[in-house]
Amino acid sequence: MRLTTLLATAAAVATVSAGVAAAGTLDDVKARGSLSCGVTTGLAGFAAPNDQGRWEGLDVDMCRAVAVAIFNDPDAVTFTPTTGKDRFTVLQSGEIDMLARNTTWTFSRDVNLGFEFLGVNYYDGQGFMVRKDLGVNSAKELDGAAVCIQTGTTTELNLADFFRANNMSFEPVVVETGDQARQAYEAGRCDVYTTDASGLAAQRAGMSDPSAHKILPEIISKEPLGPLVRHGDHQWGDVVRWTLNAMITAEELGVTSANVEEQSANPSSPEVARLLGSEGDLGEQLGLSTDWAKNVIARIGNYSESFERNIGVNTPIGLERGLNALWRDGGILYTPPFR
Amino acid sequence: MATETLATPRRSSLWTDQKFRSIFFQALTIGILGFAIAFIAHNTATNLENRGIASGFGFLSNTAGYELENTLIPYNSTDTHFRAFLVGLTGTLFVAFFGCIVATVFGFILGVLRLSHNFLINRVAYVYVEIVRNVPLLLQIFVWWAILLALPVVRESFYLGSGMYFYNGGLKAPSPIFGDLFWMTPVALFVAIGAAIGIGRWAKKRQDATGETFPAFWTGLGLIFALPVMTFFATGAPLEWEVPTLGRFRFSGGLAITDMFLALLIALAAYTAAFIAEIVRAGILAVNKGQTEAAYALGLKPNWTLRLVVIPQALRVIVPPLTSQYLNLTKNSSLGAFIGYPELVATIGGITLNQTGQAVECILITMAVYLTISLSISAFMNWYNRSIALVER
Ligand SMILES: N[C@@H](CCC(=O)N[C@@H](CS)C(=O)NCC(=O)O)C(=O)O
Repeated sequence: MRLTTLLATAAAVATVSAGVAAAGTLDDVKARGSLSCGVTTGLAGFAAPNDQGRWEGLDVDMCRAVAVAIFNDPDAVTFTPTTGKDRFTVLQSGEIDMLARNTTWTFSRDVNLGFEFLGVNYYDGQGFMVRKDLGVNSAKELDGAAVCIQTGTTTELNLADFFRANNMSFEPVVVETGDQARQAYEAGRCDVYTTDASGLAAQRAGMSDPSAHKILPEIISKEPLGPLVRHGDHQWGDVVRWTLNAMITAEELGVTSANVEEQSANPSSPEVARLLGSEGDLGEQLGLSTDWAKNVIARIGNYSESFERNIGVNTPIGLERGLNALWRDGGILYTPPFR
Repeated sequence: MATETLATPRRSSLWTDQKFRSIFFQALTIGILGFAIAFIAHNTATNLENRGIASGFGFLSNTAGYELENTLIPYNSTDTHFRAFLVGLTGTLFVAFFGCIVATVFGFILGVLRLSHNFLINRVAYVYVEIVRNVPLLLQIFVWWAILLALPVVRESFYLGSGMYFYNGGLKAPSPIFGDLFWMTPVALFVAIGAAIGIGRWAKKRQDATGETFPAFWTGLGLIFALPVMTFFATGAPLEWEVPTLGRFRFSGGLAITDMFLALLIALAAYTAAFIAEIVRAGILAVNKGQTEAAYALGLKPNWTLRLVVIPQALRVIVPPLTSQYLNLTKNSSLGAFIGYPELVATIGGITLNQTGQAVECILITMAVYLTISLSISAFMNWYNRSIALVER
């Protein structure tokens, strides 16, 4: 009899613990007092610690923005460096609350891996980089080359597809992290380095002689990079999604970290008023404070500010806005309205 | 007996019955264990389902979509995940096999050097063992790979002669192209080995019976060498070589031993050899000095003493811990994934896992395979251990 009781209790425990694990991330984060965010192991401009050991970058800003939305504190984040290979397991297992790591939104990651992508913070595509002295002008000339790739990425699949489609062969040199890829490429172990074009620009900026390398014209894939969370916790998904949207919308509405105080006191339009919480209760609907978005803009800035500070033309990485300009400026950034 | 009264057990509850208690607690342990496993399985399944993560082994027959470098079995990105798994399995077995051989040879040499009376040799071996044993293996793998990466690039390869090149991508060598009659050479080799064993048995029997010795070892060795060589030339030397040639980017043709394989092999062998050296040293020291003295007293030559008296006894001490070193080496080969050597953890436990998201399935497969490999090595070494064990008369 004792055994049956034991069995029944344990079965009940099993069901309970299985059920609890899925929901309530926002409450967990609030109770913990900090956000746990997965980022790269280090990619300049996107996520890397600076000289003082403080994490910086476009993806880091995404994490910090969410922390500000919840706690009004950009430092209420613990950053977990993840490799291309382990990032999904780390998120699935619940070790981190969200992942912002140059991660491409794909069908199978969204559907089969049980994640929810919450938007795009950088529209990218896969490119190739070679040493200038190889005299290569097009990716179609790369038959027989050794190519450095990072494992666990969309890159390695696109690459195989591209070479096969063009009847070419290559020698893959597969490494775990971006650092290793750069080292192997700089040592001449591979002739070509391929990854997201933004990543190439970032990696080139960190090389001993950036001008000795060139990025080939071909872009062989679509790589919409964005933040993601575990599937099933919609409230949490909404928090991250609308934090990103708030930053992009702020740019569209001309709200910057410099004028946000003034704009919230004297909103230039009803949408600005709703965004900054001078009017309405959008913040409460998310389970946050009324001024959540105002805090995000004040402490992190709008999308343009974050972009220019981390990867823009005036940084060593030097990326143009391109596709990542607002829809009205010739790009494709377009957010649903705040109402 | 006078103690008859004592022998009659006192009636009491089942609890005081040792046999019952033992069975009860064993059953309880098994029950709890089974229950814990069921609990974990149930919990995992429910959580996977709640999060919308697919499960099952169907993905193994889907297209893998990724390329792997220098595989031992033919493979390209249109093959299935199962084939990629086989690539990983052969990669693991390959590096583990050669790793064990190199580690054993190197470890035995080191172990003997550790016992040398020459102070310098002894200290050098000692320092090597202590350093290599105490630095994390992953770090050593990275160091070896970094050393290899610092070699000249492909365009400035060292030419080693006979169509062999050495550069930061590893070693390139001519690959053999076998002619029609080449199969006769390996057959000749097997015949020669069989004959050598036969001669050995015959010589031993004759020695037991008549006391006359026969140089069976050298005869056998000569046979094993001469017969295949003669066959090879008699069949018209049916073997050609394809020499690697440098193209626009890389070498094409020929055999490749990649830098990843080399780095992993060297690191594994160097690391495990340090442990084996200590095992060998302990084994030799465990043979009582009296044994050597007795052998000398009987008039045995020093190298016979070593071969017939010391080594057989030392092996009994050496083999069991040597087995665990082989197991360690095989399992440690999984660290090759960190430098992109295509073994199990890089393929099924890495890229496949990551691209399909079937973490539980992939890890289960990987674990099951390591378990099987380990148990096989254990079984083989146990058999070997029994064959050299002291036969009690
Ligand atoms: N967008 C691709 C590739 C992402 C990726 O791994 N990018 C590299 C280079 S752009 C990176 O972030 N490396 C940094 C690291 O290894 O932590 C994906 O999601 O699979």
